[in-house]
Amino acid sequence: MARKVYVRVNADFYPDGEVRPRVITWIDGHRYEIARILQCIRAASTKVGGCGIRYTVSIDGKQSYLFREDDRWFVEGKT
Amino acid sequence: METRTILHSDLNNFYASVECMLEPALRDKAVAVCGKAEERHGIVLAKNDAAKRCGVTTGETIWEAKQKCPGLVIVEPHYREYIKYSQYVRRIYNDYSDQIEAYGMDENWIDVTASKRLFGDGSKIANEIRERVKFELGLTVSIGVSYNKIFAKLGSDMKKPDAVTCITQENYREKVWGLPVCDMLGVGRAASLELNRYGIRTIGELAHCNDALLACKFGVNGARMKRFANGEDNSKVMPRDYHVPIKSIGNGITFLSDLHSNDEVWAMILALSDKVTSRLREAHKKARGVSLTVKCCDLAYKEWQGTLEYPTQSMGDVAHRCFALFMQNYPWVKPVRALTVRAIRLVDDTIGEQLSIFRDIEYIERNEKIDQTVDEIRRRFGWNALQSAATLKLDKLPQNEDEIDLTMPTGMLLFA
Ligand SMILES: [Mg+2]
Repeated sequence: MARKVYVRVNADFYPDGEVRPRVITWIDGHRYEIARILQCIRAASTKVGGCGIRYTVSIDGKQSYLFREDDRWFVEGKT
Repeated sequence: METRTILHSDLNNFYASVECMLEPALRDKAVAVCGKAEERHGIVLAKNDAAKRCGVTTGETIWEAKQKCPGLVIVEPHYREYIKYSQYVRRIYNDYSDQIEAYGMDENWIDVTASKRLFGDGSKIANEIRERVKFELGLTVSIGVSYNKIFAKLGSDMKKPDAVTCITQENYREKVWGLPVCDMLGVGRAASLELNRYGIRTIGELAHCNDALLACKFGVNGARMKRFANGEDNSKVMPRDYHVPIKSIGNGITFLSDLHSNDEVWAMILALSDKVTSRLREAHKKARGVSLTVKCCDLAYKEWQGTLEYPTQSMGDVAHRCFALFMQNYPWVKPVRALTVRAIRLVDDTIGEQLSIFRDIEYIERNEKIDQTVDEIRRRFGWNALQSAATLKLDKLPQNEDEIDLTMPTGMLLFA
């Protein structure tokens, strides 16, 4: 089962409106640098519910989804 | 005139689907969205397919539904989510046309006649929309594609969920004419019963019905129903910036224990007016009237309406008018169990107001500034960041906050 985890995100906002997340701070305070954004599309999270703009990000060589839901960010946390 | 291509897109089990989309744990269960059990709204508002298969129907009580389906999961409605997702879906339609006409919260007509060169034919556009709604929002739609609004709507009912049905000038006789007349928009319940009495049961029979009989029984409406049955419906799909007006915005509370004094009632009316007027401002509406519903402890209830001196979206105006209604009308024979404040006869807040020499413009503007500041503070720090002093000592409020009762449009503009 996956669970919806809202996280703190540092992002860059560009003049043309583009938003690029840079760092995710996990609930335990650990910071994960986003090395690359591989894809950015509107999508629903089939695993944890809700929807928004889905970033496929690469962190330490691993891929995962980061969702921007209105003004909040969440990830599909594993339990 | 060029043959039009019109889609009618219907979100499947809308309320229940939004709940299941937001909470994946619900997905493999039978789910019903119900009004609060302890109030008179303790009825099924919507259900998912699993609940439907158990025979759960809209409008029955939670108790009845649970008898049929013991495992039924009851969830409360979250209207703000529904409004939000209904807007998200319309945003997808927006990519294909600027003629998008809402019919309730979960249905829309989309005229894609002009977009076909860009996006392909009606069925291709419909399938693309269907896929996008599923992928981007986690919801499903069924879409009817046809050359008029009536048949497009019929098409969206034929195959669900997550499906597209095309009704063309070539196939409508096979696809539509076998359906019962009551399935067709424009044939109300009474008309359908009356038609049945004359042996007209299907849309095909209506399409061939004797003109004189229809004229005699239904007047002009008879001829119109027959035209619809033959696919002769030229009504336009309204442009997307046309909004069916919200009729009223209300907020009600059933108290944990009865109210016994004017002071308590005043505090409650303030709290309710606060919610209602903040929704008014969100919706860019002003009210020209209010209504107050009071339920006593024996569950009998009464409603009074009053006119406001000028269109307003200010908490004080609505609260004072409601309290005045209460003081004029409530005999205080019995304690009060529940109150509902409604803003009615709404107008756009952008419409210029008539000036009146009796009106203290400065006073009104000062109130508006206060309201805007309150909205801003709450937007940043949450609803509870600011409360009226009178409501602070309230201990009879139920915990639940989300009791918004938006009266959604259900009117059909087809015949306007
Ligand atoms: Mg629907």
